[in-house]
Amino acid sequence: MPDRVYLDNSATTPVASVVLDAMLPYFGAEYGNASSLHGYGREARRAVETSRESIAEALGVRSDEIVFTSGATEADNLAIVGSALAHGGGGHIITSRVEHDAALHAVEWLRSTGVAATFLDVDEVGRVDADAVRAAMRRDTFLVSVMAGNNEIGTLEPIGDIGRMCRGRGILFHTDAVQALGKVDIEIEAVDLLSASAHKLHGPKGVGFLVVRRGTRLVPLFHGGGHERGLRSGTENVPGIVGFAAAVRLALAERREVTDAMRRMRRRLIDRVLQIPGTRLNGDPEQSLPHITNFSFAAIEGESLVMKLDEEGIATSTGSACSSPNLEPSHVLVAIGVPLSMAHGSLRISTGRETTDADIDRLLDVLPSVVGELRAMSPFKVGE
Amino acid sequence: MYTEKVVEHFRHPHNMGKLKEYSAVGKVGNILCGDVMWLYIRVAKDEQGRDVLADVSWETFGCTAAIATSSMVSDLAKGRTLEEAITISNRDVANELGGLPPIKMHCSGLAADALNEAIYEYMTKEGREIPAALQERHEHIQKDMATLEERYKVFLDRGAAKDDASAAAEPSCS
Repeated sequence: MPDRVYLDNSATTPVASVVLDAMLPYFGAEYGNASSLHGYGREARRAVETSRESIAEALGVRSDEIVFTSGATEADNLAIVGSALAHGGGGHIITSRVEHDAALHAVEWLRSTGVAATFLDVDEVGRVDADAVRAAMRRDTFLVSVMAGNNEIGTLEPIGDIGRMCRGRGILFHTDAVQALGKVDIEIEAVDLLSASAHKLHGPKGVGFLVVRRGTRLVPLFHGGGHERGLRSGTENVPGIVGFAAAVRLALAERREVTDAMRRMRRRLIDRVLQIPGTRLNGDPEQSLPHITNFSFAAIEGESLVMKLDEEGIATSTGSACSSPNLEPSHVLVAIGVPLSMAHGSLRISTGRETTDADIDRLLDVLPSVVGELRAMSPFKVGE
Repeated sequence: MYTEKVVEHFRHPHNMGKLKEYSAVGKVGNILCGDVMWLYIRVAKDEQGRDVLADVSWETFGCTAAIATSSMVSDLAKGRTLEEAITISNRDVANELGGLPPIKMHCSGLAADALNEAIYEYMTKEGREIPAALQERHEHIQKDMATLEERYKVFLDRGAAKDDASAAAEPSCS
């Protein structure tokens, strides 16, 4: 039995060995700056452009539509703030209440500059109603931003329907596809802007990209040497970009096998965990990302549950890793109407390509007793 | 993030559960905020005829720090006279645990508050004269809890609002 079980793959994933192997030469022998004229530079440029083509092909976009960034937070900010800057001040953005903080806080900040925003409500599984997007559109709406799949509860959003609605109205559609990339089909033809990150799919940390479809006007956030078609100045992260492309190729090659296993494990988790009294599934049992499952446990607090499981050698999280130090209940769970008394007791389990049935067994073996231990400490009792 | 002492108390908490017989209970915190602590005390006379906390226990809904501070405050209070127990502060609790992360400091406050409230309830029930410091702290604690509930009401109302509502401006529990 392995010492530790890692079930926090939506926080980050280990770099796959094939990805690391692809990256290593670009730290060592091939260390050139992709902007240099000499042979070192030409090799770095070749590696960056080959990687760009390989990612573009996997997504079904043109290679000059991929803008590499430092990660998805930057990509979300470039899409949201960059389109607001291109709009030239004011205007209106439509987004949802369940977005990742990177998108939500970018919109929040824009509001302080005079941009208006609508935060759409979601239903009890966290899904945005595409018709509500249409209803919220105003004459001055310039951007709609709705994520592809939720990072806390896994719910898939109708991005195809929403994106097609924006077409022909002169409204840009952005989607944060960080958790969805490599896991589910993405209706890319309906999207103008799409954010992704390498470290969520067994690539390295510190590299992401934004798809910017042709004709989409953005003002860059970084000014400098004019890299990435002027949209993201800064020397390219050559090993990171090469690693990202290798990770995307890997995800594509093994997608069916890996996501079938994930779906099977998710069904098992849902069946078994819901047998523990005072437990609820947060999210959609079916229309979900395959790797994310979120539960709430009455009468206990999520952080102590994560800590107890960690003592058992099992790594999980309460929601998004970014919000762990935050004392407030998750904005996603509040948005889907989880009673506040249960919103604090959430547990996110996220599987990866290396997760096995034995890992899930180990979690299921200890979870009832760990929940029982914490409930024994709690002043609140759970009715059978 | 947490000191070894915190983790040790979380792993093997002392004095956990409800006392079979208790003289009073202090209830503090708010489930909406993620921390609720109920602290039970049993008061008895020692050989010199002084009132001492013969037994102390707790039930807590909360994070690692909330559970560790519950355990620690029960250790600190057990066996003390009422006069001594009243002086146990949140800083004492945090210091004995080797410190807490800044964002979790309120947990030590909760533990000291629960003790304060248990002693307050006991002295009130017994018709004792309430020391000024105990009374002052009691009023402060009750006021804080009322404010918190009020803030959450606003939070929930805002959650139902449709347009241009701020999703990030949530109430703070600290």
